[in-house]
Amino acid sequence: MSTILTLPDQSTATLPKVSYLSKEYGLKSWLLTGDHKRIAMLYLISITFFFFIGGAMAGLIRLELLTPPSDLLAADTYNKVFTAHGIIMVFLFLVPSVPATIGNFVIPIMVGAKDLAFPKINLLSWYLYVAAGCMVIAALVSGGVDTGWTFTTPLSTHYLNTHVITAGLAVFIAGFSSIFTGLNFIVTIHRMRAPGMTWFRLPLFVWSHYAASILMVLGTPVLAITLVLVVLERTIGIGVFDPTKGGDPLLFQHLFWFYSHPAVYIMILPGMGVISEVISTFSRKRVFGYTAVAFSSVAIAVFGFFVWAHHMFIMGISNYSALVFSLLTMLVAVPSAIKIFNWSATLYKGSITFETPMLYAFGFIGLFTIGGLTGVFLGSMGMDIHLTETYFIVAHFHFVMVGGMLMAYLSGVHFWWPKMTGRMYPEGISKLAAVITFVGFILTFFPQFLLGYLGMPRRYAAYPPEFQVLNVFSSAGASVLGVGYLLPLLYLTWSLKYGKIAGPNPWQATGLEWQIQSPPLTENFVETPIVTHEAYDYEWLESKKDHEVPTVG
Amino acid sequence: MDSHTIAAQTAEAGHIEHEHPPFLRHHFATVEQQRETATFGMWLFLLTEIMFFGGLFCAYLIYRNWYYPAFVDGSHSLHIWAGTLNTTILIVSSFTMAMGVHASETRMRKALVGWCIATIILGCGFLCVKAYEWHDEWVEHHVPGLNFSPEGFMRVNPAYPADAPLQRDMAEKTQVYFSLYFAMTGMHALHMIIGVSLLALLTIRAWGGAYTSGHVAPVENFGLYWHFVDIVWIFLFPLLYLISRHQ
Repeated sequence: MSTILTLPDQSTATLPKVSYLSKEYGLKSWLLTGDHKRIAMLYLISITFFFFIGGAMAGLIRLELLTPPSDLLAADTYNKVFTAHGIIMVFLFLVPSVPATIGNFVIPIMVGAKDLAFPKINLLSWYLYVAAGCMVIAALVSGGVDTGWTFTTPLSTHYLNTHVITAGLAVFIAGFSSIFTGLNFIVTIHRMRAPGMTWFRLPLFVWSHYAASILMVLGTPVLAITLVLVVLERTIGIGVFDPTKGGDPLLFQHLFWFYSHPAVYIMILPGMGVISEVISTFSRKRVFGYTAVAFSSVAIAVFGFFVWAHHMFIMGISNYSALVFSLLTMLVAVPSAIKIFNWSATLYKGSITFETPMLYAFGFIGLFTIGGLTGVFLGSMGMDIHLTETYFIVAHFHFVMVGGMLMAYLSGVHFWWPKMTGRMYPEGISKLAAVITFVGFILTFFPQFLLGYLGMPRRYAAYPPEFQVLNVFSSAGASVLGVGYLLPLLYLTWSLKYGKIAGPNPWQATGLEWQIQSPPLTENFVETPIVTHEAYDYEWLESKKDHEVPTVG
Repeated sequence: MDSHTIAAQTAEAGHIEHEHPPFLRHHFATVEQQRETATFGMWLFLLTEIMFFGGLFCAYLIYRNWYYPAFVDGSHSLHIWAGTLNTTILIVSSFTMAMGVHASETRMRKALVGWCIATIILGCGFLCVKAYEWHDEWVEHHVPGLNFSPEGFMRVNPAYPADAPLQRDMAEKTQVYFSLYFAMTGMHALHMIIGVSLLALLTIRAWGGAYTSGHVAPVENFGLYWHFVDIVWIFLFPLLYLISRHQ
């Protein structure tokens, strides 16, 4: 009944003859695939494309802000550029980044399934993503949008003549892409786990995706209906948010942030999952306080739904509700801190090695902590009234989203690259890229904290000359950061052909995904695995010296 | 029971079932798992739908408190008979759909097709009545943004002679009521149109016998969707038509 599968040794590894990459060839076999690994690769390519478009927009912003007057870009062009940067980076990069690429690839393998629960819906999710991306590009090429990524009413409904409807519908469609990804994950994690894979044997990557999926499934529809109402106000002029007809723009803010605050946890939670895996693997230790880390993900998801009005402290909400939301905002810091402390405790007395994913993970821990703590500043009302709408906010969420999430994404891409492609990335240059990214990041965004504290407002193309020195630092840092992001694009592409053969388990990690060949078979497992050990059980791995995996089938 | 025993049992169960029905997808171990998975996914999807309509209900709750007289007068201008007729039609269509699921479970092909067609006819009937009501509201200049006029609410409504007419500023607020009315019934009608279209596809496949050989999940899950859309209406009917009936 139970057989033993033996994997080849690391040093003599060759690329397997049959894998999900070589099973079928041709464009059709990719565009009509139901295989979660192929869809993950499609997502990886399209997300990278949009990341670099959004990055180019960021480059333009920083170039404009090199000098105090608005000289490179006119003020309205500048508005369109930062709007495009925001919409692309939030909805087309950060939200799907880790879940749709890495999550899509490894979650079914981590739980011991052959595929996600609904392969066709998974493919549909990618097509919706591409459709949304095309609409954003169309809006951009045909003249742009200048609402900011927040689509604030009545600005978006009454005062602008740009392509708000195209962009709004694009975000609506991207939202459904995200709903379908989240739905697929929840169902897969509930119903597709292999025999013996209990909830508390799941890797923390799966737990954090589960929490993020709850947010996707419950939050995104509210954004969808809000955008439908905005589009209806623009096209036929209904009066839900329009004060001249009795509507209230503040309701738009409530509905929008009811999604868009949980959305930042949709973005960061999967990244936290990556960090749990990487920290554990490269310190050769079980994650300290596994249960606490698992439940802190769920706690972040739950608390995340009750803090949205901290985006609205200066918008005229009542002082009492501001007080309650301020308090609840502080509470979210608790589960986030639990994670940071537990990762640090995992490192304690671990056998730490400094591979590239680990360098990015260290970057994450440091930068996310700064980003998170400044979030607590902004959550306290007095500070927020001083700092909101300044570069302090910009620096804060870039520390969390770029310093945190993007670092985690790059960490994850490097970590699972050998599994996805069967080949290693070049270690030396990738370490250099990780360090360049970190240095570039600090140089770009730390001056923005100072600028914001001194009172430089966000969303303006021009600024007083006394802010120039810090802005020059920031723009210089952005170019360094740009190099840090281009390097992985180049060497990862290079490694597809010239990288060293990775073998099944180059990191000697414990996850189920490392017990199968790289790149995996289309069915992932030859026979259904039986799980007899906890996640991160390095003693179990040690006892399996010959890489034996018990299976059923 | 430890994990080994569970694993062994699952494995044995898998071995006993040697014949794999054609509709069993490759990544599921058993038909039961596939069915449970599909149903679980459908319930989750309905949860997203609740949140989707939830935004509108939230807006309704707030504005109803702010502009109660405008909401009452707006509600009085609707045809209560049309709303009642549509409620009846939808409840009956839920019954026919439930019978369709039953026919699929008991593997009666012709009955399944019959109940599906009945459901389609009822769904189209609902949409016709709704279209008639919308047309009427257009004629009465009740469509915000396109042809709205508050004049009608500043006169005594002959159907409710005891009620005083609204002042102009409150009469203007009936726009909010009608904005929500059209957004909510419009979203609901969109779900009905999608439902009828999907059901038409299901019926064609059911005619070929696709759902009367043990493959119940698609019909069952479509039934869940159909009942959900009905329940949305069950909430919309009192909120939009019956606001002040107790007075």
